[in-house]
Amino acid sequence: MEWLSEFGAIAAMQGFNGLSVFCVLLLMALGLAIIFGQMGVINMAHGEFLTIGAYTTYVCSSLTAHFAPSFQPYYFFFAIALSFLVAGAVGWLVEWAMISRLYKRPLDTLLATWGLSLVMQQTFRSVFGAREVSAEPPAWLMGSVNFTDAIEIPRNGLFMMGLTLLLTATIFLMLYRSRWGLQVRATVQNRLMSRAVGINTRKVDRMTFALGCGVAGVAGAAFTTIGSTGPTAGSQYIVDTFLVVVFGGAQSLFGTIASAFLIAQTQSLSEFFLSGSMAKVLTLSSVILILMLRPQGLFSIKVRK
Amino acid sequence: MKALDKLLGGQQNLIGIMLLAVLILVVFPLTLDAFRLNMVGKYLTYAFVAVGLVLCWGYGGILSLGQGVFFGVGGYCMAMFLKLEASDPQSTKIQSTPGIPDFMDWNQITELPWLWQPFHSFTFTVFAVIAVPVLLAFIIGIALFKRRVGDVYFSIVTQAIALILTVLIVGQQGLTGGVNGITDLKTLLGWDLRTDSAKMILYFISAGLLFGCIFIGRFILASKLGRLLMAMRDKEERVRFSGYDVASFKIFVFCVAAAFSAIGGAMFALQVGFMSPSFVGIVPSIEMVIFAAVGGRMSLLGAVYGALLVNYGKTYFSESFPELWLYLMGGLFIAVVMYFPNGLAGLWDSHGRQALAKLLRRKPAPKAEIAPVTPKAETKILETQP
Repeated sequence: MEWLSEFGAIAAMQGFNGLSVFCVLLLMALGLAIIFGQMGVINMAHGEFLTIGAYTTYVCSSLTAHFAPSFQPYYFFFAIALSFLVAGAVGWLVEWAMISRLYKRPLDTLLATWGLSLVMQQTFRSVFGAREVSAEPPAWLMGSVNFTDAIEIPRNGLFMMGLTLLLTATIFLMLYRSRWGLQVRATVQNRLMSRAVGINTRKVDRMTFALGCGVAGVAGAAFTTIGSTGPTAGSQYIVDTFLVVVFGGAQSLFGTIASAFLIAQTQSLSEFFLSGSMAKVLTLSSVILILMLRPQGLFSIKVRK
Repeated sequence: MKALDKLLGGQQNLIGIMLLAVLILVVFPLTLDAFRLNMVGKYLTYAFVAVGLVLCWGYGGILSLGQGVFFGVGGYCMAMFLKLEASDPQSTKIQSTPGIPDFMDWNQITELPWLWQPFHSFTFTVFAVIAVPVLLAFIIGIALFKRRVGDVYFSIVTQAIALILTVLIVGQQGLTGGVNGITDLKTLLGWDLRTDSAKMILYFISAGLLFGCIFIGRFILASKLGRLLMAMRDKEERVRFSGYDVASFKIFVFCVAAAFSAIGGAMFALQVGFMSPSFVGIVPSIEMVIFAAVGGRMSLLGAVYGALLVNYGKTYFSESFPELWLYLMGGLFIAVVMYFPNGLAGLWDSHGRQALAKLLRRKPAPKAEIAPVTPKAETKILETQP
């Protein structure tokens, strides 16, 4: 019977592994689900907003360690809030300066935001240096929880999961249960009509974009607990993130969650049998194959065009 | 004579082509040393991609972010042939398995993989350089355009394909040489590629091929197909309802762009002497789009200037001010897209031409005489774009 419990432990750990990948993917994709899924803006600099959050957390961590070491256990919550604000503020500025002029040219937005991402990467490199930095996570996030002798769940993984859950729920409530969310969805479906019924679409656009960037910032803050941060940390994930949103069906928050889950499980499961790079190739190719069969993604809202 | 005129697109364009030809075929070879000329030759291979992008993005409205895939596949086909020639049993006799490329030997591969077998033949290689990328583009095109996958989604999917191919090449080290790529390419059918004279000849060959591509592009744009492409870009539904099969036109122009990129890739492998995944992935693919955007997405000749200028800038700045380069490149992206959507060619059409006329005649000539009809019509279409 020993092999059975061992097998169970491996399965549990493997499942948890998949869940962590899921959380990482979902955290990254949530901001983009708002910006790309809801607004239809292709923000290639989304990864850099993630990096902003990560660097903000790093700065908070260093400042705390330097000036108020006793504050160390609590700084992380403060850092998350600050990451949200900083990334959101930068997003607000970017929308004002660039995106708002390009709403009618989606393909050009893609190129312009790619340019923005290059500029932001180089800015990070100039300010923080090319070497990767890492924030000091609070002590209560270190180590792992032992459920049984064989099953060990790392605490930062649990924290990520909780944060993902909280963030997803908040965004869901905001989009589908608030007046603001109603305005956002109305603007997305028919900009002209929304303006006609008195919605300030410019303001809604700006707030939505800023919120999406802020969420990316929170994701970046959370990532500091599992890895270090470099100038190009965020940009490596940009294609995966876009695929998650497209695969789930843009405009559908539930689709984004489902596709993040599917992609994460496929990835971690195939990593069990194949090498890391081949697992990635397999996952991405199957996503593209399914997209070819079902271009509108897994879940889509029927809209008349 | 009429056909020739159509091909060249009137007197204005003839002058444009002559100027470019003089610059590339006379001025560069006379003024630059062998090293710099080889570098310009390398830039010209990117111009192939940019010319293809003008066709499929500027006129067809299909923004492919995966042109590096076709550039890379074309380049890898050529590199595989050259590598096989470089690894004859004589020069690889110190390996545990002589006669196979060195990186395979390092990866404990003892037999030439079947994928490599046909690349012993030069005829097959030349065929494969064009055919494999075109086939790939055809498959991607048929899968996406027939299902009416929209423009933005198409860009994202092509970008993902670029990522997949890069990961695949890097991961399959024994088959592809991994991150380092295929290096140490020496001879082509016994002809030493590393000498200055060989590089000079290759430069002229790629310049000739580039002009061939420009002529093909011009021919396509002057034909009814060119009109249809523009119509599709601006009002796809209307073209579809007029009874045209929109998807097949899109597939065709995407395949043409892929073929151009592949020729560029093959010439790259010949001139630079290696091929690596760093020319396949997302970053190079999107950089190739900026070449076309800077030169002018609506101008075949502009794309060549764009590729030359941006690459020259890249070399110059990354040699002298590496810190500044990314700022400049990013700024260029943003500025071109936001303020000069028609790139250099657009600026030339709106300002340069008249300034030149003023300079030459000392008085502003009547506008209708100077400005050709086509670019004006094009800007009009671009403005009404939704």
